Amino acid sequence: MRQPRDFGFDEQCVQLKQAARHFFQKKLPTQALHTLVADDPDPFRAPVARWDRALWQEIVQLGWHAVAIPEPAGGAGMPLVAGAALMEEAGRVALPSPLLTTLQSSCVLKACNSPAAHALLEAVVRGSTVTLAVLDKNGTHQSRNVTASKTDNGYVLDGFAYFVQDAAKSDVLIVRAGGLYAVPVTTPGVKIVPDHIVDLTRDQAHIEFDKVDAALLAEEGDAILRLSEPARLTLLAADMVGAAEWQLQTTVDYAKSRVQFDHPIGFFQAVKHPLVDLMVLIDQARALVYAAACAIDHQTDHADSVQAEKYARMAKASASDMASFASKKSTQLHGGIGFTWECFVHLYAKRQKHSQVMMGDATYQRRLLADIVMGIPGGK
Amino acid sequence: MAQETDEQQIFRRHCREWLENSIPPPPTVRLPQQAIGIMTLDQLGYLQRWQKSAYGAGLVGCDYPVECGGGGRKDCQRIANEEMLKVKLPYFPNVIGLGMAAPTIFYHASDALKRKLLPRLFSGEEIWCQGFSEPGAGSDLASVQTFARRTGDTWIINGHKVWTSLAHFASWMILLGRTDKSEKYNGLTFFVVPIKAALGKGVTVRPLIKASGETGFNEVIFEELEIDDAYRLDAVGKGWQVAMTTLSHERGAGQMVMPSSGSQTDSDYSSIAGVKEVIELSQHTFRPDGGVSAHDPVIRDQLMRLLIRDEGMMQSMRVHQVAALREHPTRIPLQGKLVVTELIQEVAELALEIEGASSTLYVADNNAPAGGRWAQAYINSFANTIAAGTSEVQRNILGERVLDMPKSK
Repeated sequence: MRQPRDFGFDEQCVQLKQAARHFFQKKLPTQALHTLVADDPDPFRAPVARWDRALWQEIVQLGWHAVAIPEPAGGAGMPLVAGAALMEEAGRVALPSPLLTTLQSSCVLKACNSPAAHALLEAVVRGSTVTLAVLDKNGTHQSRNVTASKTDNGYVLDGFAYFVQDAAKSDVLIVRAGGLYAVPVTTPGVKIVPDHIVDLTRDQAHIEFDKVDAALLAEEGDAILRLSEPARLTLLAADMVGAAEWQLQTTVDYAKSRVQFDHPIGFFQAVKHPLVDLMVLIDQARALVYAAACAIDHQTDHADSVQAEKYARMAKASASDMASFASKKSTQLHGGIGFTWECFVHLYAKRQKHSQVMMGDATYQRRLLADIVMGIPGGK
Repeated sequence: MAQETDEQQIFRRHCREWLENSIPPPPTVRLPQQAIGIMTLDQLGYLQRWQKSAYGAGLVGCDYPVECGGGGRKDCQRIANEEMLKVKLPYFPNVIGLGMAAPTIFYHASDALKRKLLPRLFSGEEIWCQGFSEPGAGSDLASVQTFARRTGDTWIINGHKVWTSLAHFASWMILLGRTDKSEKYNGLTFFVVPIKAALGKGVTVRPLIKASGETGFNEVIFEELEIDDAYRLDAVGKGWQVAMTTLSHERGAGQMVMPSSGSQTDSDYSSIAGVKEVIELSQHTFRPDGGVSAHDPVIRDQLMRLLIRDEGMMQSMRVHQVAALREHPTRIPLQGKLVVTELIQEVAELALEIEGASSTLYVADNNAPAGGRWAQAYINSFANTIAAGTSEVQRNILGERVLDMPKSK
């Protein structure tokens, strides 16, 4: 299908992006973020999720948690480019929230196309937060880490899931156990063990399932996850682009105010040029994010979905390399102050490092991209 | 932006229909990779015939007013370019004229001068060159010393311009000269100079040999050349401002879209830097151990890195069209020159790595893969990151104008 030059970024999308930028910057200026998530520098502190529930409730009131949910399920029915724009703005303030996981989970639920998934989408619209429990101990989809057995009145899950994002902020888990299953976190037998993670703006957990009652969402779990992967990659990359723009602007501001050798350091090309290079990397990643989101919005046949997957892998690869460079340069160019807990740049560097590896780093994405573009060596 | 105007839709159909029956026959002479590499009159003649024919059909100068020889249309050059890129066509030879001289003349010349110069510029009958750089004025362009001395209604020009592409064929030169030695920026004035008419009479054009072994650019020496004051653009002392119009267009960030044809392939993949061709190349070349290059995971990774940058660059032009998605009005257009030229260089470099031992063979060798195209492209790619403002100058411009950091000088 022919794609609109403007990504289908219509007036509604424009308004959402502007409103989100204004709202997040007013509600969570960086100082407030630091106070919220960095109150305790001790690396051995308890792994408590630090987030602003009241702020999340306001987001739910605005309906932003349900932008990508179709109207029949009660959502805003907006295109993925709108979801990407929202995530870009959330990333810009490094928002600690279940927004990314809920938007990503909505993409999975849409792909399930079952009554149970539809019901869960309706619950999301009403304010339930959802996250994915789909990885094994190695961070892969390879093993049967959770098994499902059929009983008289449904299914029972047993096993362990790892690297579950924002688990402490979530009400419902989507669990991969052959098929995909919905499990409210309060179900007896669910044991959530928080991980000690580097990123201060997220929480993560591994979860034990011990004879846990579950509702089947879809039989073909891996197929659904693959189908929704481009959209999930795109939303994650959008968050990274927003965060990198903060890293760029904050470092540029510092380079304009910090004086050494009688000049603001931004006068020196050794400082100026890497910031320009970062800007270029951000713009390429951002462009690929919207190209991917638009391609996903307009896919009608197999060729379209291949194109969408290509763009999504390009977006995540590009965003991961961008994030790496952004974190290195934003810290380095702040000099000694950049290595202190009080300086804000480490909050973003840690969030970016977490995002870089989630769903596969740049090298991994390029490998899969090459398989699509060039064919699998020795295959076919 | 989302919708094309009626005018644009009708014009697009016109372009398509005309192009269907108007693709020129293949040249009988081997053409250089870019217009600035034109070396012989046979090459030039073939390309001039193509430009004249496209101009005759209204595909060149679309957005300029009719009285200046343009098409009098609104935002249609972009459409013509898109249609011309979809088919395999030669490029236009008058690149300095179309890309730099035309917008500069349009924004700064008298109406009489516009009517006199632009029609034959668009048709390609009169080739243009650019007299900016000098032996002592490269990145620091405003330090040019070529001096124009006023005597009544004429100016006497003395000086030395270098790296002047196409000067050996050019009828006209846009010239940035000094009219006041006491002020650096405000001492500059901009002229158009009829150099061909003055060859041997105050103008000497001498070829400079490029690192690739090709000629194509020149040095131009002015000795007591007299030109009419009617050939001055804008006011005396405003040369720097006029030059900024030229340079913003040269870097792809100007108001007027440059007429452009000359896609290397007729596929619909619109890669700018030729990554697709290098991927193709990797399918039938070998690593030193005999393995197919395209199966080498590290080569594949390198190719994907470049493909992603190529695609990101094209998609960022799309972002630029959506106001709500861009962070700053000139942030993306000002990156164009820097990003494209560095990418082209890296693509050519990887192509040579993929060719392996065969990459040592140059254009005259019968066994050179693709006729030595990549070896030549690699060497020529160094011109692109230097000409029209070096990559270092581009980074200064971006850092200062877009990110608002202090000026590095």
